[in-house]
Amino acid sequence: MNIVEATHITKTFQQGDIAVQALKDVSLSIEKGGFVALAGPSGSGKTTLLNIIGGLDTPDSGSIVLDGNAFEEMSRSQLADLRLHKVGFVFQAYNLIPVLSALENVEYVMLLQGVPEKERHDRARSILDDVGLENRYHRRPRELSGGQQQRVAVARAIVSSPSIVLADEPTANLDSETGKGLLEIMKDMNHRKNVTFVFSTHDRMVMDYARRLIRIRDGQVDDDVTKNA
Amino acid sequence: MHCQLAWRNIWRNPRRTAVILTAIIIGVWTMLMVTALMRGVSNGMVKNAVSTLTGEIQIHAQGYRSDPVIEHSMTDIQTVENTLTDVLPEKAVYAFRIRVNAIASNARHSGGLTLVGIVPDTESQVSFIGPEAMRAGRYLDETDKNGILIGEATANKFDTEVGKKLVLMSQDTADEMASRAFRITGIYTAEMSSTEKQFAFVHMDTARDMLKLPDGISEVCILLPDGENLDRTASELRASLGEGFAVHTWREILSAITAYLELFDGFMMLWYVVTFIAMGFGIINTTLMSVFERMREFGVLKALGMKPWWIVRGVLTESVFLLLLGSAAGDLLSIVTVGVLAATGIDLSSLAAGAEFAGLSRIIYPSLTVTDVGMANLVVCLLGVVVCVYPAVKAARFTPVEAMAHT
Ligand SMILES: Nc1ncnc2c1ncn2[C@@H]1O[C@H](COP(=O)(O)OP(=O)(O)O)[C@@H](O)[C@H]1O
Ligand SMILES: [Mg+2]
Repeated sequence: MNIVEATHITKTFQQGDIAVQALKDVSLSIEKGGFVALAGPSGSGKTTLLNIIGGLDTPDSGSIVLDGNAFEEMSRSQLADLRLHKVGFVFQAYNLIPVLSALENVEYVMLLQGVPEKERHDRARSILDDVGLENRYHRRPRELSGGQQQRVAVARAIVSSPSIVLADEPTANLDSETGKGLLEIMKDMNHRKNVTFVFSTHDRMVMDYARRLIRIRDGQVDDDVTKNA
Repeated sequence: MHCQLAWRNIWRNPRRTAVILTAIIIGVWTMLMVTALMRGVSNGMVKNAVSTLTGEIQIHAQGYRSDPVIEHSMTDIQTVENTLTDVLPEKAVYAFRIRVNAIASNARHSGGLTLVGIVPDTESQVSFIGPEAMRAGRYLDETDKNGILIGEATANKFDTEVGKKLVLMSQDTADEMASRAFRITGIYTAEMSSTEKQFAFVHMDTARDMLKLPDGISEVCILLPDGENLDRTASELRASLGEGFAVHTWREILSAITAYLELFDGFMMLWYVVTFIAMGFGIINTTLMSVFERMREFGVLKALGMKPWWIVRGVLTESVFLLLLGSAAGDLLSIVTVGVLAATGIDLSSLAAGAEFAGLSRIIYPSLTVTDVGMANLVVCLLGVVVCVYPAVKAARFTPVEAMAHT
């Protein structure tokens, strides 16, 4: 069963007088429980594709169905709800809320979802334990290393059991050891909780972790390989 | 957690928070100080006017107010006295008076003034005249049938002093010219020199004798204990005195001051709003700055599924904290300042010549009511939240992609 069905997606950006076609007729589907890398050089359209799959941006044409929800038929507010409950995001620049502790950052998403306080607390603690931050609950983001911040971001993305986690170059700001650590954690979450991960990268080492590798070039799918386990 | 987040957010940039708070504190302080001074002035005006023979309630014979001549006197004093005992609360005080226009003269000068016949002991309870008001000589007592009290300004004008003679002329009840020589017993000072120029006091019995008014009086002046309902007491008096008498409260007698007091609250609101406008621009600007600085963060929150309304609410919560904090500090500062100034009063003596013209007291005691403070806070907090809606909506309007492109 597929969690994402993207068909004939195009997206053009206007850069001054020039129209830049970021995505040219991209169609792909992502299977439930997948651990998928979107690989391609800088400017190939990875971020644009992830944004469109996550409902942050709308395509010029084509359709997206995420976990049975067709985006075309949804209002902005319904899309926001869908993101809140079904999509987790991890950004290159961590993007934690600086005035909240690690624990509170994770809890905050659940607060928005209306999860009761006790449950929020327990779930946030257990997910931080899972990503190896059991001693860092009360640290603010600036008191954590880049790798630790990104682990909080992963914890925040998966804590509400989304259908899919979209991670845009999650390791790009980390050194390779820390990056590997993060990927191990993501892989572990993918295994244990059956969370679908799609992450973009242009790093060889990161691509090696993926079970499926989709190569993008100039806004088009160039290659799509699924490795045998 | 929303409140916690808002609270922490306002301390992210302590310098900016300090700037906003200072603006609010200065704004509230300015609002309240001006109001306190204006209230002090108007309280002084009322107090002054009430103690300058007006009292809180006056009773006259019908017709006296429009034509204050001796013929319009109350002769049935017994009825008046009975009514007063019946209607007035126990702690109220009142005094009877005779009041006529007269001409005073001595060897050097002559001029018009108001001759007031008083019962010395009761008069000093209802008005400013009494032993404490005397600058030279002494107050009248029951034996001073030929004594007169004049104001300092009158004494200067007539170039006279205690112990000298002053002749007064007026019309008596028989329409004849009555005249009598008095010896100056005392010279009083009053808040305003116009009062000193206007009134000369003699014993009630002497005035009656001079004017051939064996048992009449011109006016009753009443002071009520604090907290007594003025209008209710007045209408009770009116009802039980019946026709032939006119009962007026100080609000009716001092119509100019009353009109001013009625405008006061309107002026106060206007002043609050004007001050707020000056302060409001600062609040909008700093809030906009804080919002733009965090654009990326709002983008992330929206990406995570936060609804625009939640962002508006978050920014407004921060504003409410700042407004409440600033108002509270401004209130405190104002109350302390007013307290210090009210303890000594602000002496306007050096400006007295000009101030008196406007009917001001020489010393102003700034004062604030709970309503003044409450209204100022309401204006600041309510309008403050209203103007912050603009930056808040701005924060919520960006799409996540736009907001996150902000670096
Ligand atoms: N908001 C935007 N405005 C204009 N051009 C954009 C915008 N976002 C992306 N692009 C362009 O679209 C192309 C794809 O960008 P992107 O999806 O960010 O690629 P990648 O993430 O693979 O580096 C690039 O040429 C980029 O310049
Ligand atoms: Mg990118």
